Amino acid sequence: MARISLKVNGKSRVVDVDPTTPLLYVLRDNLELHGPRFGCGLGQCGACTVIVDGATMRSCQHTAAEVQNKTITTLEGLGSVAHPHPIQAAFVEEQAAQCGYCMNGMVMGAKFLLDTNPHPTVADIKKSMNSFICRCGTHLRIIRAIQRVANSSVKA
Amino acid sequence: METKTISRRDLLKSTGVLVVGFSFFGAAAKVLAQGEGLSVDGMDPTVLDSWLAISKDGTVTVFTGKVELGTGVVTALAQIVAEELDVSFSKVYMDSGDTDTAVDQGITAAARTVERGGVQLRQASAAARQELLKLASARLDSPVDKLTVTDGVVSVIGDPSKKIAYGDLLGGKRFNIRITAAGIGWDMKVAPEIPAKNPKDYKVVGKSIPRVDLPGKFTGEFVYSQDVSVPGMLHGRVVRPATSLSAPSSVDESSIKNIPGVVKVVREGTFVGVVAETEWAAIQAAKNLKVTWSEPSLKMMSGPSEVFDYLKNTKSFKDTVVTNKGNPDTAFSQAQKKYEATYYWPLQLHGMIGPPCALADVRGDKATIWTGTQGPFRTRDSIAKMLNIPPKNVHLMYREGSGSYGRLESDDVSEDAALMSRAVGKPVRVQWMRADEHAWDPKGPAQLTTVRAGVDAQGNVIAWDFLDRSLPWSESENNPLLASTQIGMKASGPGFLNGAGGGGQIYTFENQKVVASNIPWVQQGQWPLRTSNLRAPGDLARVFASESTIDEIASDQRMDPVQFRLRYLTSDKRISEILVATAKKAGWTDHVARSTPSNGTQVAGRGVAVANRANTMTAAVAEIEVDKATGNVTVKKITLGHDCGLIVNPDGLKNQIEGNILQAVSRALLEEVLFDSTGQKNLDWKTYPVIRFEQVPDVDIVLIDRPEMQPLGGGEPSIVPVTAAIANAIYDATGARMRQVPFTPQRVLSAIKA
Repeated sequence: MARISLKVNGKSRVVDVDPTTPLLYVLRDNLELHGPRFGCGLGQCGACTVIVDGATMRSCQHTAAEVQNKTITTLEGLGSVAHPHPIQAAFVEEQAAQCGYCMNGMVMGAKFLLDTNPHPTVADIKKSMNSFICRCGTHLRIIRAIQRVANSSVKA
Repeated sequence: METKTISRRDLLKSTGVLVVGFSFFGAAAKVLAQGEGLSVDGMDPTVLDSWLAISKDGTVTVFTGKVELGTGVVTALAQIVAEELDVSFSKVYMDSGDTDTAVDQGITAAARTVERGGVQLRQASAAARQELLKLASARLDSPVDKLTVTDGVVSVIGDPSKKIAYGDLLGGKRFNIRITAAGIGWDMKVAPEIPAKNPKDYKVVGKSIPRVDLPGKFTGEFVYSQDVSVPGMLHGRVVRPATSLSAPSSVDESSIKNIPGVVKVVREGTFVGVVAETEWAAIQAAKNLKVTWSEPSLKMMSGPSEVFDYLKNTKSFKDTVVTNKGNPDTAFSQAQKKYEATYYWPLQLHGMIGPPCALADVRGDKATIWTGTQGPFRTRDSIAKMLNIPPKNVHLMYREGSGSYGRLESDDVSEDAALMSRAVGKPVRVQWMRADEHAWDPKGPAQLTTVRAGVDAQGNVIAWDFLDRSLPWSESENNPLLASTQIGMKASGPGFLNGAGGGGQIYTFENQKVVASNIPWVQQGQWPLRTSNLRAPGDLARVFASESTIDEIASDQRMDPVQFRLRYLTSDKRISEILVATAKKAGWTDHVARSTPSNGTQVAGRGVAVANRANTMTAAVAEIEVDKATGNVTVKKITLGHDCGLIVNPDGLKNQIEGNILQAVSRALLEEVLFDSTGQKNLDWKTYPVIRFEQVPDVDIVLIDRPEMQPLGGGEPSIVPVTAAIANAIYDATGARMRQVPFTPQRVLSAIKA
């Protein structure tokens, strides 16, 4: 076991875990942040995505020890039902989910895209979101939600 | 963290008052509930209090065995209740899938939830409203027919100062009345004699009310089955190779002794699982545990083609004759022109994005289960049987999982969790890993479909002979779940028929035979080639075969495929109307397929298909491009028409249709379970690809609303016609007839060259 310090959603957290534990399980089980989800454990689906120092990261593919001293943002760090982030609000407006299990990756992927390209074309959105899998087939609504944010004056 | 501090059943028994600790709507509510009426099969449906309760603040709590599967159906059910009771939508709270408090309304599946379950809740609500008006009549000293209800407040027509709210009439008390209920599950008829509201007066039903579950799904606050935890909980993982299961001849526990936190290796029958203090320890232990498996008695098949040979050569154990009129054999032999082809549909995955997860707490002869099952009562009963305890000793609480499309009717993971919890005497949470789910998902059955059709000298279809040979659902409701089979429970039957819709029976042909044959598949639970119902079971394959044949005849007879279909779509005006509306929306102009072939490498085509799934009528127009050099198919646009009678929530319905279309494109172009004699080969998303953003077509939807009809299903009918429409578009573009799904570049190239 090892003590690991993490900066998550603006707070410093210390956990005592097996140092080989992937970040995903530390976030979910030790810090009770359930936004990131287990989908494949292989870095293929995107359901576990977090943002680390401004870039998306598949949290199932990196140990918690690797991201010490880095700035980690999870879905919870964006907003809440009471105070949603503009991206989350846009997803509600577009009713852009069915089961919603993949939504962590979709919202975090959208956040990264809009941070790096505030006015993406549909082709840009498709390209940037292509590594995130949705089985329910909500892609078109997700694209519309991202466009809704891009077309509004609110900063994402 | 969800902490269960008090047994709901104990509370119910002692006081009749129930504390709802977890709310689907995010707010805790105290309600007066059913009290008596708890039976082995859930609550007594003839007691009105079994269905709903009204609290002092006017909140209506509905106890339903129907569950949210990510389709928005529980929002639609809440709309139906709000409408019938004349309360605002925000006052309705759905307590869903708790086997201690819900009426068993059958599994949530087959897009029957609104059609059947919705009508049950509507009638129970109508009975409640009638009783509330009776009470109000006495309190307000006014006859019932002089009363009106607005937002849960009853007032006297013409004298609005005389009024009383539902909460004041009944809040905190039971209805204490009986209603009629006959039949079980889906087929239960609840209070049919009570008049329901005239659809002309609907204010909530028919509105695109936003889904109540979605906001928390975008923020991480929504609690999925994967998120439930209780104090002292341990983590379990299963050990199942992706090949025929045999008995473990040796399990080397020293192979995981270096992994900290391993609690126990659980063995029972052929079941092997590991329990650990942390999730990561359980994952590593399951991965590294050295198990030697004995030689399996059942050999894996050598590949998909062996399954098709098996389907062709194995005697059916039951033929369902959907229609048999005239004399198709004689008519076929006399036909001027004959059309005959065989169509192949592969085993496909449900492909849940989140592998199934359950938490079980087995103590002595009692068990508590939290899971995402589509059938709370089926899972409860299976676990009771496996643990050899009475069903009433199992308390199952539904928590939504990942979208399952039929997969969680076989809620295998709950049994895994229960077995491991019993072994360690503590609550155990089990989630399957990706490879577990890819391998042991009970797959959509493979189908082999043959069609023979004959046309006379005038070009009329005079013979239609359709035969679908399908694997059954080996993991059907009457058969044990996976862990149960591993500890020695045997299948009670060969499994259910994979449906019989879509064989061309919507067309009026003089000599017509449509048969669905159920081919036995008795290896229940023993190998990855287990099968179950996958969204709109079997209809995709049958409509692919029948609508390809219709298209082939139309093209050969030099007729426009829409006009040709309309000649024979005479039995129900709803199907012809949806076809016409869809063609119009797609900008369809009369055109014989393949009449204006393009010559370049990148060629475009369009195709059409229709379907009737459980009386919901659909039509699809596909616009595609094919790269003749590579065989790659790009679906550019799908226009889909949909008539499911009365529409409860138009935007929710559109969301479902969009999803069905994209899933259909994925299944048509990409999806096939691959295996050889050593085991299943596609165990992740790289080897079993599904549709991605860059492959998504544009979608245009036409809805026909029929308020005079009852609501019909919207969760799966629109997936049905899409494959056939794409196949017909490929023909229009290339002249190649696709007979086998998926339409991979290699198959398209071979078809073009053939």
